[in-house]
Amino acid sequence: MGDSAVERAEAPVAEVPGSGTKRVALTPAAAELLVRLTDIHGPLMFHQSGGCCDGSAPMCYPDGDFKVGGQDVHLGDLVVEGLEKPVGFWMSASQYAYWKHTHLTVDVVKGRGSGFSVEAPEGVRFLIRSRLFSDEEWERLKDEL
Amino acid sequence: MAKYANPGQPDSVVSFKPRYDHFIGGEYVAPAKGQYFENPTPITGQTFTEVARGTAEDVEKALDAAHAAAPAWGKTSAAERANILNKMADRIEANLEKIAIAESWENGKACRETLAADIPLAIDHLRYFAGAVRGQEGGISEIDDNTIAYHFHEPLGVVGQIIPWNFPILMAIWKLAPALAAGNAVVLKPAEQTPASIHVLLETVADLLPPGVVNIVNGFGVEAGKPLASSNRIRKIAFTGETTTGRLIMQYASENLIPVTLELGGKSPNIFFDDVASANDAFYDKALEGFAMFALNQGEVCTCPSRALIQGGIYEEFLQQAVKRTEQITQGHPLDTETMIGAQASNDQFEKILSYIDIGRQEGAKVLTGGEKADLGGELSGGYYIQPTVFEGTNTMRIFQEEIFGPVVSVARFSDYDEAITIANDTLYGLGAGVWSRNGNTAYRAGRDIQAGRVWVNNYHAYPAHAAFGGYKQSGIGRENHKMMLDHYQQTKNMLVSYSENAQGFF
Repeated sequence: MGDSAVERAEAPVAEVPGSGTKRVALTPAAAELLVRLTDIHGPLMFHQSGGCCDGSAPMCYPDGDFKVGGQDVHLGDLVVEGLEKPVGFWMSASQYAYWKHTHLTVDVVKGRGSGFSVEAPEGVRFLIRSRLFSDEEWERLKDEL
Repeated sequence: MAKYANPGQPDSVVSFKPRYDHFIGGEYVAPAKGQYFENPTPITGQTFTEVARGTAEDVEKALDAAHAAAPAWGKTSAAERANILNKMADRIEANLEKIAIAESWENGKACRETLAADIPLAIDHLRYFAGAVRGQEGGISEIDDNTIAYHFHEPLGVVGQIIPWNFPILMAIWKLAPALAAGNAVVLKPAEQTPASIHVLLETVADLLPPGVVNIVNGFGVEAGKPLASSNRIRKIAFTGETTTGRLIMQYASENLIPVTLELGGKSPNIFFDDVASANDAFYDKALEGFAMFALNQGEVCTCPSRALIQGGIYEEFLQQAVKRTEQITQGHPLDTETMIGAQASNDQFEKILSYIDIGRQEGAKVLTGGEKADLGGELSGGYYIQPTVFEGTNTMRIFQEEIFGPVVSVARFSDYDEAITIANDTLYGLGAGVWSRNGNTAYRAGRDIQAGRVWVNNYHAYPAHAAFGGYKQSGIGRENHKMMLDHYQQTKNMLVSYSENAQGFF
């Protein structure tokens, strides 16, 4: 079943160097999956979901399939080696208000589902690992977005 | 105590087929692309059947069947449709044990719940809508002496329904019963985590339904759900799930200008006022059980009372006893009738819950009990079990704001009524809430002041038919579980009739 998050908390989640933004990053496994998925679906985007069954999870769609608008926050573009176009990461502004003090890392685990996220048929699921911003990071970031 | 045999063993009450196809036009049809996906039980992690991996071609075929069936089905009398729903209820009741164990095996939930709640509620729901549609009346408005407006209920035609995995049978029936009662033909997609148990139910009722009235296309959201939700051949889409997919479904629906009903997330407050502890009696015991309700269905309920708010005067003592009550929850094999909490529905769900327990700790919330995965040993070691977990913290923490969908409750203290309501309403969601008080005035006022579609007063997690269920705020649109859902599956036809012999006088 893989490492539990509790175990992982002691060892920080591995991030792909330089792939992310100040607020959101990718694990190597997630970056590799994005390359595979782009082959199938074309350029991709993330929208972080809120609650219920398959929720509180990043949803990955063909870029533009989910229409973002004035009620969404753009947390950044994830640069992935091997992909021409970076992968945008979005969240609804109301949800972001409760999330903004945490740094997010997109990881991937074995799983089933769901919603309309494109990775589900591959038997895996994107998952968010979170950590609190350090005081120093927060000082730099708090006025942005 | 009784332990049901695992499906696949000779003495099991249910046997799954090795493979399930789509159910289209009254028969089982292989997927156009010939692909299937494995369906594991979260109880052991082992695959027990495989299921058709539907695509747009299969959805089109199901829509063809539904469109062929809809005109005649829509013209049947309400009595005829009600009779069919009642017969379905009788058949399901006669096969209750089989369907309940099938659902437990597929979803991981304890069978004491499927036997006593999920399936009995599904049966009652069918009977309720059979009655509701028989009792439904149109309207006559007398505009003036010569002019009458008649209002008729007419079915929408063909509708799409996307079902979640947390209550694979009950949520399917919540959607099917009003749609069928109202005279619609349905294309339904079960969740890819729980696609098989609905077919066990279907085996018992399929012959009662005219071919094409109910069509089930299995598969993944992106491959089967999206072609259904974005089709211009449905007149309505109903979805239970989470906010981003809810928005996406509304976006698709906007392209076709069709209505949606959505049942989305929640972060339900469960408020315990001081007077709850004014006596150590049966009611106090009931309130402690009400606290522990966060673990019902492994916490995989949109209305999970995942924020417990306890008033200052009783905080320490009540919380201590509530933690003790939580620790008495029996975790074990879901097919054992003594088991109270079973397995989380999937590995990704399991991982997500652990990631939330992690961020809760990082934010400084205190774990009062639980906080770890549970290894139950033997065949269950491959399953997805989490200890019931009580966090103590503050309402700004992410574990207080996000739906974890696991057996995790976050506890905070409040000093007075106003603070209780402020904290309760400081959330994006408004699906459920609980209020516990011996004072009727306090309970009534709190019930009205909380911005949620369902407020349980001095009880929790009851879902009887005839009590409307649905969300305020970002928790959705529409009210299920009540006759008002018929309106969501019907058009209103107004016939404006003049009984005057004279010209209207314009030309």
